[in-house]
Amino acid sequence: MKRLALAAALVILAAVPLWVGGTYYVNIASQILLFAIFALGVNVLVGYAGLASLGHAGLFGIAAYAGARVMNDGHGHVAVAAGALAVTLVASAAFAVLALRGTGLGFVMITVALGQIVWGVAYRWISITNGDNGISIKGRPSPLGLSLASPAAFYWATLAVFLVAVASMAIFVASPFGASVRGTRDQPRRMNALGYHVWMIRFLAFLLSGFWSGVAGLLYLYYNQFVSPQVVALTASAEALLMVISGGTATLLGPIVGSALVIVMKNVVSAYIERWNFVLGAIFVAIVVFMPEGLVPGTVRLARWAMAAWRPRAAAPVPAPGGEGGR
Amino acid sequence: MSALAVRGLEKRFGGLRVTAAVDLAVEPGERRLIIGPNGAGKTTLFNLIIGELRPDGGSITLFDRDITRVPSRRRIHLGIARTYQIITLFQGETLLRNVTLSLLGLSRLRWNPFVRLARQEALVARARETLARVALDHLAERPLAQTSYGERRRVEIAMALAQNPRVLLLDEPFAGLSVDERRDVLRLVTSIPRDVTIVMIEHDMDVALDFAERITVLHFGQVVVEGDRGEVVAHPRTKEIYLGE
Repeated sequence: MKRLALAAALVILAAVPLWVGGTYYVNIASQILLFAIFALGVNVLVGYAGLASLGHAGLFGIAAYAGARVMNDGHGHVAVAAGALAVTLVASAAFAVLALRGTGLGFVMITVALGQIVWGVAYRWISITNGDNGISIKGRPSPLGLSLASPAAFYWATLAVFLVAVASMAIFVASPFGASVRGTRDQPRRMNALGYHVWMIRFLAFLLSGFWSGVAGLLYLYYNQFVSPQVVALTASAEALLMVISGGTATLLGPIVGSALVIVMKNVVSAYIERWNFVLGAIFVAIVVFMPEGLVPGTVRLARWAMAAWRPRAAAPVPAPGGEGGR
Repeated sequence: MSALAVRGLEKRFGGLRVTAAVDLAVEPGERRLIIGPNGAGKTTLFNLIIGELRPDGGSITLFDRDITRVPSRRRIHLGIARTYQIITLFQGETLLRNVTLSLLGLSRLRWNPFVRLARQEALVARARETLARVALDHLAERPLAQTSYGERRRVEIAMALAQNPRVLLLDEPFAGLSVDERRDVLRLVTSIPRDVTIVMIEHDMDVALDFAERITVLHFGQVVVEGDRGEVVAHPRTKEIYLGE
């Protein structure tokens, strides 16, 4: 049943450019997938390691800027991807070393500061980042000779990366290292007393989170063929965090659903409702009130509750006439 | 050679001296009880031995190896394990996963992000065996949140035993248990083989005095009496500061 649902989901996702109607919506679907990869990366820290980051747009943006710089220096797409991800991993390590000096609110505040430093550099270090004007790139890559110039081709390429990201997350979550990361979230003191190196586990989780944030940043660069300081703004980090929290932290599906919610609200609902930010805010408030665990786990809970409420009545035996009066 | 030796151990929290020149030598295989009124520094002593707190002075040796500056997580790999007075387990996980996490802590496998933990059959089998030692194997798949307080106490001990320690520190293992549960836990603790040295903090004197071979009385962070059961119970200082006579 589960495999059948998975196969059906894959077919539906692969066929999006065929049934969604119009390149605009194909592009929206690409955005949902690339931001879902970003949210999956943020979820490693927020959901599994219990460390809420408000600076991940910095890592997302560092990948995009690094990729744009490497490409504009005349290098090929392999060098662009390798360079962008290498720079992002180094930046993630630096972020981690600084941010992991604290936990809880301290960690959040350090990540805010780090994200703002990246934003300041993007905005002010004009010789590197071209400041407010941002950096444009020449075009999208053509892996194996397949051009990604068209919206459908780019969607399928993004889908392929997205599926690799989801698969790698599923493997990570079920692995001993995944269990170690969750353990440091739930009982760091006990984990230390069981022989785990809590700091190193969190550091590696940060790198994994940064890696996928970088992959998403690189896809974003190729999608827009442009990067500007807006990408690394605090609001971008907050949006990623909201994607994870609204969908459901520490779940595979939650960040994907959260990404779809935010992107659809920003791009589709905003076309019909001028004050779409208000609607998005109202939805978040409703989620917090009615499904504090997020849309995915909340829906599962409600479905189980509905099933349990329905089953006893459906399965209740019809009492035999006079059966209660035997005592 | 002592299994665990503490010499001149000092710890201050600001102006408060919680551990004052504590000396303690526990022989291999010994069952040592540490008693003292609330605030005597018993749990602080455990935290210093395990490395969760850094001492301001003194030394700690484990089988003649100085571990005073060894990080706490490394001390576990050297053969020391502890339980907590306040139960510190993984609430959202099953009993089996709790014990598996304990075993994983000493395994290189803990760094592996590529294999499925549930398919590590040797590890899972050892976790089941450990749960059987504490008579909880029938509840292996039950979430911890659905177990009784007494069962959780036994899981605490199972997690420490899973690490195959040479020295086991038990911090009030009978706290909050019913009479029946205390009997079960005492049976469990007394069944631990002699190759494991046990140091136990306990307030329940009836149970603890039966278990211990030597007793150390702490008061205001200092060792005031040490000896076997008869010596400690008869000592006037014990009566004065602990037994209330």
